[in-house]
Amino acid sequence: MSASPSHVPATQATSHGDHAAADQAAEAAHIAAHLGAYVKVGVGLLVLTGITVGLSYVDFGSRSMNIIVGMIVATIKASMVAAIFMHLKGEKMTIWRFLIMTCIFAMGLFFLTFLAHSDPIMGTSYSTH
Amino acid sequence: MSNLITKYFPFFTDAEVPHTVSARPDTGLYSAKLGIWLFLASEVMLFGGLFSAYIFLRIGAEPGYWPSGLLNVPVGTMNTAILIVSSITVVMAWAALKMRQLGKYKLYMLVTIICGLIFLTVKLSYEWPAKFNHFGVFIRKDAASKYEEFLGNKHLQDAGQNPRWEISGHLLDAPKGSSYSHQAEHNAEHFAHETGRHDAVTPAENDYVIQVDAVNANPSDKENDRPHFWPVPMSTKLAVISAADVESASVFAPRHSTYFATYFLITGLHGLHVLGGILVFLYLWLPFPGGTKLYKTNPEHLANRVEIAGLFWHFVDLVWIFVFPIFYLL
Repeated sequence: MSASPSHVPATQATSHGDHAAADQAAEAAHIAAHLGAYVKVGVGLLVLTGITVGLSYVDFGSRSMNIIVGMIVATIKASMVAAIFMHLKGEKMTIWRFLIMTCIFAMGLFFLTFLAHSDPIMGTSYSTH
Repeated sequence: MSNLITKYFPFFTDAEVPHTVSARPDTGLYSAKLGIWLFLASEVMLFGGLFSAYIFLRIGAEPGYWPSGLLNVPVGTMNTAILIVSSITVVMAWAALKMRQLGKYKLYMLVTIICGLIFLTVKLSYEWPAKFNHFGVFIRKDAASKYEEFLGNKHLQDAGQNPRWEISGHLLDAPKGSSYSHQAEHNAEHFAHETGRHDAVTPAENDYVIQVDAVNANPSDKENDRPHFWPVPMSTKLAVISAADVESASVFAPRHSTYFATYFLITGLHGLHVLGGILVFLYLWLPFPGGTKLYKTNPEHLANRVEIAGLFWHFVDLVWIFVFPIFYLL
């Protein structure tokens, strides 16, 4: 939520000392305009939660298909939380760079799991309950 | 020495901490913002490791050994909704501070804290304890035919479903010397009180007697092929299982199965995060020097603190968005 100087009405930034106060007022106005969006996203998340529950009782042909559908809805919900509530939409590049690296490392972690599954260490057993 | 402390640990001194409000020129961010995102990146790896363990164990589970429909879906859905509501209120609390509305901030933050407390209370007083009084017996495959009346494997095979090896419910009688004897005695008394039947305790010393779940009472009923939304009440049917036919038997604790091991580990760690979030929110809500008192001297600093704590809280919500379907629904 960075307020760019262009949001400051000219009348408020009369003197040099008023800049900070004017910035704050502009930012407050900017945020006030977003309040409705937060509530809408929240309601959207609640609706999607209901949809997730409902879809889990629909037979998509196989258990795996149900899992894929469930994970797609969960990913949509997670993206809404990250983009709007966590302000990632419009966030500084510095943070995006860190997150892109995190994604790469997390995928590496899941890849290690995949390797362990496809080439298990002989003599160990994880395949029972 | 004191110079070193001032230099490297400025928060121990009265020294001004730089960039709590203003952006650092090189990152374009106030420093705590960068800090929390680095922390959340490490959290992604922490939960990522556990989720990948979940996938590993689930893919590797033999058919019939990964349970579904054991958790209370309405309660889980309610808790999910509570976390989402708290995510809305915490962002509203931050927005209120940005607009310099202290009263609204306090109200929204209070609602957030209450939501967090409800979530934890449901977990600690209902969801987890209910598991510890639910008993499951995995039948040895070579003895499964003896218990077909409770397992219904013929029906499951015809329906193209995974086999069922477990008989679950309330333990009413345990083999002699079992660590569950006390629990069984308690349940048997309750059973006798509810039904007026006293046939739950057998004279045999090597038997488990279980008041079975609905799914084991009618295992060949098509209704039970898929999990239900509303939990189905337990039957009053009793299963007597010889200890010799048992592969493993325990309450629904982490030792029961890889499913419950990952369930308790991941929801437990998530619960600790909820607790941590509540404590931080309480600090920011009460008139501590770093809490609402800060509003008088530097409201923007307090708003930033709330934003940071809020980012953590949204992450906790985000983790739950995945935890809920993978354990409760799928």
